[in-house]
Amino acid sequence: MSSITDPGKQQFRLSMLIYDTRYRSGTIQVIAMIGFMLLAAWLISNTAQNLAALGKPIDFGFFSEPASYDINQRLLDYTSRDSHLRAALVGLLNTLVVAVLGCITATILGVIIGVLRLSHNWLIARLMTIYVEMFRNVPVLLWIVFIMAILIETLPAPRAFKGVETGALVLTNRGFYIPEALFSRSLGDIHLLGESSLRFDVSLDFIAIIVVLVASLYASHVIKTRADRIQAATGDRPTTWYLRLGVVVVPMVLLLVALGFHLGMPELKGFNFKGGTHLRNSLIALWLALSLYTAAFIAEIVRAGIMAISHGQTEAAAALGLRPNRIMSLVVLPQALRVIIPPLISNYLNLTKNSSLAIAVGYMDITGTLGGITMNQTGRELECILLLMLVYLTISLSISAVMNWYNESVKLKER
Amino acid sequence: MKKSVLLGAFTVAGLAAGMAAAGTKDDVQARGKLNCGVTTGLVGFAAPDANGEWEGFDVAVCRGVAAAVLGDPKAVEFVPTTGKTRFTALASGEIDMLARNTTWTFSRDVDLKFEFTGVNYYDGQGFMVPKELGVSSAKELDGATVCIQTGTTTELNLADFFRTNNISYEPVPIETNAEAQQQYLAGACDVYTTDASGLAATRASFEDPSAHVLLPEIISKEPLGPLVRHGDNEWGDIVRWTLNALITAEELGVTSANIGEVASSTNNPEIKRLLGSEGTLGEMLGLDAEWAKRAIMAGGNYGEIFAKNIGEDTPIGLARGLNAQWTNGGLLYSPPFR
Ligand SMILES: N[C@@H](CCC(=O)N[C@@H](CS)C(=O)NCC(=O)O)C(=O)O
Repeated sequence: MSSITDPGKQQFRLSMLIYDTRYRSGTIQVIAMIGFMLLAAWLISNTAQNLAALGKPIDFGFFSEPASYDINQRLLDYTSRDSHLRAALVGLLNTLVVAVLGCITATILGVIIGVLRLSHNWLIARLMTIYVEMFRNVPVLLWIVFIMAILIETLPAPRAFKGVETGALVLTNRGFYIPEALFSRSLGDIHLLGESSLRFDVSLDFIAIIVVLVASLYASHVIKTRADRIQAATGDRPTTWYLRLGVVVVPMVLLLVALGFHLGMPELKGFNFKGGTHLRNSLIALWLALSLYTAAFIAEIVRAGIMAISHGQTEAAAALGLRPNRIMSLVVLPQALRVIIPPLISNYLNLTKNSSLAIAVGYMDITGTLGGITMNQTGRELECILLLMLVYLTISLSISAVMNWYNESVKLKER
Repeated sequence: MKKSVLLGAFTVAGLAAGMAAAGTKDDVQARGKLNCGVTTGLVGFAAPDANGEWEGFDVAVCRGVAAAVLGDPKAVEFVPTTGKTRFTALASGEIDMLARNTTWTFSRDVDLKFEFTGVNYYDGQGFMVPKELGVSSAKELDGATVCIQTGTTTELNLADFFRTNNISYEPVPIETNAEAQQQYLAGACDVYTTDASGLAATRASFEDPSAHVLLPEIISKEPLGPLVRHGDNEWGDIVRWTLNALITAEELGVTSANIGEVASSTNNPEIKRLLGSEGTLGEMLGLDAEWAKRAIMAGGNYGEIFAKNIGEDTPIGLARGLNAQWTNGGLLYSPPFR
């Protein structure tokens, strides 16, 4: 007699955790996880114990103490009586400034160089190759120090301008002085967050300018959509450029006149130039070095992105009668962006993290304030470094989030 | 039974760990070399000479300690540190002692957990400006750009000084003395400020020292001295009393030249105790009887070290001033060897 019986429901035995392939990988993962957590726990308890033995338990109290040191480049009002927290904040803004400036410049330079490297002009293509190889094969720290040394050694000191008529732009070895925007009928500032360490001012002039700008750009957009609609319906595109230009320029000019806009020129007074905006040599060296260095990488990414688009596309577009410029901007670049953006994100992250080399030229970024002077004067190494890591992590994740969102929006839409 | 074995093992491990933390002297002797933190290069205080041998006023303290503990003033590994790295280097055990123009302050002593073992130079913060600026007082520096070394007391004093005098300045933070010198000479800053001794030493290395002036204001107290970690008092004692031996030797007229003769002919009991022919001071320190003798012979007594490295006959040309013996109206005053 033969009959097929269901295999009896097997009793679960402990050994199955290892010998049964259904459970084995789970077991290994659980063990690895426990091991990892034990290691982490040991590291943490060891650190805490050693700090306690040193008599330095973890304590963030120093943050509210006066920092007692001055910072040259500050976007927030700050004096040496402000807290370490505020000093860190001033540093953070300095980090963001150089990171944003650097990313913008590096992208512009990188795209231009990447495209030119593909040029049919032999000389231009070769020059761009030299640029790329030169910048990406020398450590960025050396570029930073090198540019700083050039600024300091080749440009004149401010006192050399004594009795000399200076124009709107003054180049000295302490940095560049450019005109600043001033408003004689200013709307004033609003002070937020009272007297706390996080307090900040917002300029109402600035807000007014932004509001007007956004509104007029929107109006210009409406005009453009209307023109698109008419073109789609009738095949004739109405001329709108003067309308679009006017709608942006006229309100802005009116606003600026109303606010009493004028330029403040730098003038030599005493030891230094007063008035105007001072771009310190440390900012320029760091900004320039980071931009030039990262641009070399971005150029390669752009080149790779363009080469990834098959030549057939270009030829097809040409066959449709598009001119080379339009082929690039309408056919090749939009597709290339999909290839370009992911590595571009990591270059933005690199640039931001590389900005922590700022201290080499005395630029007071967050590594210079929180991770430098504050850490040094308070002796709270662990606390400062932990916070510093947290700050960079947050900045990096934010950049990633924004860029990923952008990537999502230019991705090939599959329907 | 098993439990007690385990406990025993823990106790031994604990003891061993405790001893490792405490026995800097034993570590140094086992290693045969003293790791001494110094500047990255400040002529007169600590800088390598043409042959790569470190020499200077702070270096001499390291050599004295090495001579006392190891019997060889050359058995020193000099570790260059910046204002920022020096304390981490000491706290982490990378160096056994620090002799780097370091100011004895409350928070460094108490909060950073260091033990200052005395003062080898009484100093104060000064300002140096190019003569052509025509500045004669620090109070005229409103709006000036000032080079400072970060991680120092200098940057804190500076902030206070300008604040209390209600004048503004632009700080340029810099890591090392060499960079500060370069920026100052290129005119990227109008003023260089640090310890007055450091300014004198820096100026002496300029091509034309006479083109620069030190302003009359001394805006702070900077007692500079060697330091060690908290928690190893035996080691702290050795460093402290080696420095005191150098100071006392000058006070008692013992020099590296006459030390052999004095040792045999003197009947001054303090000299005898110092040089180990009487009493057991060396033994109390855990060293041999002639520790201080070797320290003095390494580079001479305090006065000799001063004169050779930074004194009036050197390009740096510092007068003894506050650093004269108390018997000459100065502040140098070693506790007695008794
Ligand atoms: N005494 C101050 C300042 C010490 C300091 O940095 N001194 C400078 C000049 S006197 C120095 O030794 N620089 C040498 C170097 O850069 O390595 C402190 O302890 O914070």
